[in-house]
Amino acid sequence: MRRRALQWLAVLAVLGFCVVPLLGQVVTSLLPAQALLGAATPSAWSLDNYRGALQGRPLVRSLVNSIVVAGATTFFCLVLGSMASFALAKLRMRGKRWLLGGALAISMFPPIATVSPLYLLIRELGLRDSLGALVLSYMTFALPLTLFVLTRFFREIPDAIYEAARVDGCTPFQTWWRIGLPLAMPGIASTAILVFISAYNEFLYAITFISSPDKRTVPVAISLFASDRIEPWGEIAAASVIAGIPLVLVTVLFQRRIVTALTQGAVKD
Amino acid sequence: MSALPSTGEGKERRAGRLMMAPAVLVLVAVALYPTLASIWLSFQRLILVFHERRFVGMGNYAFLVRDARFFSALGHTVYFTVVSVTAELVLGLVFALLLHARPPAKNLLRAAILVPWAMPTVVSAKMWALFFLGENGLPFFGISIFDVNWLGTPGYAMHAAIAVDVWKTTPFVALLLLAGLVGIPQSLYDAAALDGASSLRTFFAVTLPVLRRILAVTVLLRALDAFRVFDVVYVLTDGGPANTTETLSVYAYKTMMRGGDFGYGSTLATATFLCVLAMGGLYFLVIDSEEETR
Repeated sequence: MRRRALQWLAVLAVLGFCVVPLLGQVVTSLLPAQALLGAATPSAWSLDNYRGALQGRPLVRSLVNSIVVAGATTFFCLVLGSMASFALAKLRMRGKRWLLGGALAISMFPPIATVSPLYLLIRELGLRDSLGALVLSYMTFALPLTLFVLTRFFREIPDAIYEAARVDGCTPFQTWWRIGLPLAMPGIASTAILVFISAYNEFLYAITFISSPDKRTVPVAISLFASDRIEPWGEIAAASVIAGIPLVLVTVLFQRRIVTALTQGAVKD
Repeated sequence: MSALPSTGEGKERRAGRLMMAPAVLVLVAVALYPTLASIWLSFQRLILVFHERRFVGMGNYAFLVRDARFFSALGHTVYFTVVSVTAELVLGLVFALLLHARPPAKNLLRAAILVPWAMPTVVSAKMWALFFLGENGLPFFGISIFDVNWLGTPGYAMHAAIAVDVWKTTPFVALLLLAGLVGIPQSLYDAAALDGASSLRTFFAVTLPVLRRILAVTVLLRALDAFRVFDVVYVLTDGGPANTTETLSVYAYKTMMRGGDFGYGSTLATATFLCVLAMGGLYFLVIDSEEETR
């Protein structure tokens, strides 16, 4: 009994740790400006902050930009990554360790070390201030992530299935397309969620390569919110809720997949 | 993998190379080339607005070793890394043990734990900024320890950034460690129970030693990630007050993007990169020597 009570206490503490800051944000977003500026207790709830956050600012546009950029990054990563991961996991060839090791090393590079040459490269390509610049630069962290997670999922497919396909005369490419991809679908879905979230959250490249307000992604838009007026905290809170809630929903919905994909790389091997 | 001798082996190799080629090319273009180019730029004086670009050899590095702002940024970065990773490890272990002990509301707990992880860093920083503004923050919460404006007070501001990082990343650490805990065979616990070991003793004699490898991996992953910290600091304090929270990435970013000095900025970025490389190398040395002694 006592043990159960202690556990409940711990559970509540951890729940509080995780959720209270977010709840604070939701509460703030629902308070009228006067309550934020001094009145000790909020007297009325209002949606003014949401109206304020959306009016006169391309916040919805930023949301769309973020989704487009993260979606495109995820798509390209899955196409390139699933092919390479399949080869890494199932084909007999040399140099596999090099690619995985290289990808691991690259994922440890500090992004600041790539930002200036990427900036110059993007300028040369005429991609400055375009969403394409972001998709391109997001490959630096998203593709290595895809390779790790997907290679592990492909390894879990029994070799026998692959051998059978080979005996039946499938080329490696056909085996990837007809057998590897369908069997690894759960893994691909998990990887997609992981890559999407990491691209949606990226900030350094987004603030460096984008200058027009209507091309900003959500993190950039929120970081620059205050500069137009004096710290409109209520509106920032509203914008944060708008930006964060979709992610929270996705995460809660797919928690099992996310946990598997997140932990797989570090635990095995 | 079965090593069937097969006439198709050469074909398979060629196909494999073809399938890996696009990913390799992209990684070379967007990661390897920029990193090498950054090192190359670090030997140059490059100021875009003045169209100035010339080779200065070790000139930037000669400046670096006498740049007090670099060393204080390095100090801030190390401090941020050590404190946040330590806190995340301790809290993460507690969370993991709790989740492993089949607590009530386990599914709810596991979903909630992912919330901080999924929040964009920028959003979490803005969220926490409200709490850290003292009297100007959330007056209705009336939390007295936050009476100080943390973000504007040297000594406090860095800890505000650390708090945000700990909040955001502890879940990731907890999940990694939980995966490690799940992998511990029940037989080990049964043996410990048979020997009459207390739960505290079981933790130190069974759980921690088995977790050692995953703890090491977690520390490395987190340390490398914390060392390149940018978003939290940039959004929360922009390196202030009085540069007391300026980390290496933030200093390099400001030098490049605000100062327009891509040469010295690249030198700072390269220095950050070398630190990360050294940390990674050190880690593998330690792991290797451990494997050998076994």
